[in-house]
Amino acid sequence: MSGSYDILIVGIGGQGTILASNILGEACLLENRHIKGAETHGMAQRGGSVESHIRINGEFGPMITPGQADLLISFDLLEALRYSHYLKKGGKMVVNSHLVLPTSVYTQKLTALSETEIIAALKKHPLCLLDADSLAVEAGSPLSANVVMLGAASSAMPLKPESLLEAVKRLVPKKTVEINVKAFETGRKAGGKF
Amino acid sequence: MERKYLLGNEAIAHACIESGVDFVSGYPGTPSSEVIDTLRTRPDRTAYIEWSVNEKVALENALAAAWCGVRALCTMKHVGLNVAADPLMTSAYTGVTGGLVIMSADDPFAHSSQNEQDSRCYAHFARVPCLDPASVQEAHDMIPEAFLLSEELGLPVIFRPTTRICHSKGDVELGSAVASTRKGEFHKDPRQYVVIPAHTRLLHKKLNEKQPTIRKKLVEKGFNRFEVRGKTAIIASGIASSYVQELLPAGVSFMKIGAYPIDEDWLGDFIKKHEKVLVIEELAPEVEECVRQVAGCVPVFGKKNGYAPYEGELSPAAVAAIMVKAGFLKKNPFPQVSPVQDLPPRPPILCAGCLHRGAYFAIKKVFRDAIYPSDIGCYTLGLQLGTVDTCICMGASITVASGIAHSGEPRDVVCTIGDSTFLHTGIQGLMNAVYNGANMTVVILDNRITAMTGHQPNPNTGMTACGVEIPAVSLDAICRACGVTFVETVDPYDITGTVNVLQEAKKRKGVKVVIARQMCVISARRAGVKRGRYEVDTEACTGCGTCVRFGCPAIEFSDEKAHISDLCSGCSVCVQLCPVGAIGREGKK
Repeated sequence: MSGSYDILIVGIGGQGTILASNILGEACLLENRHIKGAETHGMAQRGGSVESHIRINGEFGPMITPGQADLLISFDLLEALRYSHYLKKGGKMVVNSHLVLPTSVYTQKLTALSETEIIAALKKHPLCLLDADSLAVEAGSPLSANVVMLGAASSAMPLKPESLLEAVKRLVPKKTVEINVKAFETGRKAGGKF
Repeated sequence: MERKYLLGNEAIAHACIESGVDFVSGYPGTPSSEVIDTLRTRPDRTAYIEWSVNEKVALENALAAAWCGVRALCTMKHVGLNVAADPLMTSAYTGVTGGLVIMSADDPFAHSSQNEQDSRCYAHFARVPCLDPASVQEAHDMIPEAFLLSEELGLPVIFRPTTRICHSKGDVELGSAVASTRKGEFHKDPRQYVVIPAHTRLLHKKLNEKQPTIRKKLVEKGFNRFEVRGKTAIIASGIASSYVQELLPAGVSFMKIGAYPIDEDWLGDFIKKHEKVLVIEELAPEVEECVRQVAGCVPVFGKKNGYAPYEGELSPAAVAAIMVKAGFLKKNPFPQVSPVQDLPPRPPILCAGCLHRGAYFAIKKVFRDAIYPSDIGCYTLGLQLGTVDTCICMGASITVASGIAHSGEPRDVVCTIGDSTFLHTGIQGLMNAVYNGANMTVVILDNRITAMTGHQPNPNTGMTACGVEIPAVSLDAICRACGVTFVETVDPYDITGTVNVLQEAKKRKGVKVVIARQMCVISARRAGVKRGRYEVDTEACTGCGTCVRFGCPAIEFSDEKAHISDLCSGCSVCVQLCPVGAIGREGKK
C-alpha cells in the first residue's frame, strides 16, 4: 500500500483549487519530495463541483481512493459534506464556513440542508471551520481565500510552513505576494495547532 | 536537469520542445488542449504553431510538414481522430520522413466527451505504432522516443494519453529545450505521395512488411517490460498499470504494456511461465485480445469473461475489486464507503452573464413547441434549460436539424451551434440543408472564441494561435455564400431584439440563420470589460420567481425574494425579464 499523505481539495470551479494544488506541488519540490495529483478541467469547471487530488510522497497513481484521504480542504461548506466519504477514519477536515447554494436548489426546488445541519454532519471528523472569505478580505483581497485555507490546513500537513510560504511567494501573481503572505499567516493562526 | 510540478499536458508540451518540434497543429478538445496552449504561449517558441479549423485539416497539415522532413506534432481528443481518420489511414501508407506524432487523448468515463472510444483501436486499424503512458513522467519521456520511432520506421506514431495523464500532475524531470532548426523541403516522389491504385497497392504491402520490425523495436525501447515474481501474473497497460503497482501482492508477476503492437513471441514467453494471468486495462480489450491469442491453455481473466468492465475509468479501488474477484488479492484493502446521499447536485452550469442563456431564453419564447438539435460546446449545458434535444458530434446540429425537418416531423426545428463548431464541420451541413430545401432555423451562438476548452482563438476571433491579429472571417458572408437569404445578427443580451428577429425567421420558409453575437463573459472579464452589477429592490420584488427560473447562478432566492450575488457580470437580461421592474443598477435604487 502507498505511503503517501493524501489531500483532497474541493470547491466550486473558479475558487482557486488549482492554484492551491500548485502551491502544494512547489512546496514538495522545495523539500525534494515526490508528489502526484489529479484535477478537474474542461466542461466540469463551469461553476460545477471540482476536486483536486494531491498525494505527497506519491509514487503511484494520482487518484485518492474514497476512505483513504488524510486531509480534506473544502472551499465551500456543502462541498465538504459531498466529499466527506473520501476521508479515512480520523482524517482531518479544514472547511470554509461560506456556503454557495447550487443553482439546482432554486431551479429544481430541491431542499438544501441548513448550515447548522451541514456543520453537525461534518463534526464526525476532526473539523477546523473558518470564515476564509472574511479572513481573505482582512488580508487584503477576497481572492486570497484559497491561500487562507492552505494556511489553516498547514499544521496538519507533513510540510514545513516555511516551504509552503516560499511556494506561495513563488506562485501567486507578483503584485499580490504581500497580501497572500498575510493571507497564509492569517489562515495559519485561525487554523491553530490542528 | 530540472524538476517541476507540472500538468501532464504541460510535461508533454515541454517534451516536444526538448525534441525540437518544428510544426504543431491541432484542434482543441478536452483533455488534449493544454499541450498547444502551453506551446503557443511560450515567449521563446521557435516552432510553427497553428490551431486548425478541425482535426482532419490539422492532421493533413502536420502530415505534409512531416513529408517535408520536419518534426510535426498534431493534437486532438479521441473523437477528433474520427474526423482525422481519413488522412490517418492513408498516412500509414505514404509514411513520413520527419517525425509525426499524433496525440489523441482518450477520455475514459467521458468526463468531458460524447463517448469512450479507444484510440489504440485506431492505431491497430491503421497499423501504426501507439504509445500509452502510465504516468506524467512516462508521458514526458515517451515523446522524444515517439519522434525517433516515427523517423526510424517512417510512420506516424499515435501517442495516446488519457484524462488521468493529461490532467494529472506530478514532479517531472525535464530535459533542456531545443530550438526548431529544420527547414522543410519537399522531394517529389509520386509513388510515395500520389496514392493512385497502382502506387497504393505497393505501399500497403510495404506497410505490412514493416510490422515485425515495429514489434521488435517496441520491445527494445523498453515501454513493454515485465518482472517474473511468481506463478500468477497481472498484465496492465497505461494508467491502470500504476494502479496495479500500488496494490501488487508479493509473489505475483507483473507486465506493463506501454506500446503497441505487442510482440506476440515476447508476450507468449512471459505467459508460458505462469498458471494464470489477469489483464487490467481501460476501455477496449486491446491487450487482452493479444494475450488470448497467445495464452494457449493458460487461463486468462479480463473483460471478456466478466472480471473487468469494458466501460468507465479504473481507479485503485476498481482495480482492487477486479483483483479480488479474479483471486489475485485475498481481501480488498479499501474499506467500503459511500457518499452522503441526497445532497443538491452542483453540475457545471452556464456562467452568470453567458450569452447563450439569453439566446436560449429567446428561442424558447418564440419557438415554444419545437425540436432543438444542438452541438458540442459550453452551450450543450442548455440541456438544463430545455433547449437541447440532441447532441451527437461536432457539426451535427445542422445536419440533424435538416434530417428531422425532411422526415415529416411537423414541428419547427431550431438548431444551435457555436462559432468554432460551425467552422469545424457546420458549414457543409448548412450548404446541404439549403441545397436540399430544408425548412429550419439555425442559431449560431457566436462568442468569438472556442470557450469550453479554454478560450482558444479560431478564424472568427481575429487572432491566430500565437497572437497575430488577422481579419476575422465573416459568418454572415459564409452563410450567404451557402445560399441562405435570411441571415441576421442579434445581440442575445437584447431579449426584445432577439425575439423580434426569431419571430421574423419563424414566418419564413427555407433555411434561416440568426447569428447571436456577444463576447464570452470570461473573455470579456479578462479583457477588462466592466458592465457594473445589478441588484433587486426587495421592496418591489413580488417573489414571482421569473428571474430565478432563468437559471443564472448570480440570482439567489431566500425569504420569498430574489437576490443578486456578486457573481453578476452586468448582462442586464434579468432586468428585461422582471415583470415588475424590480431589478436595477447596483446602488441606484
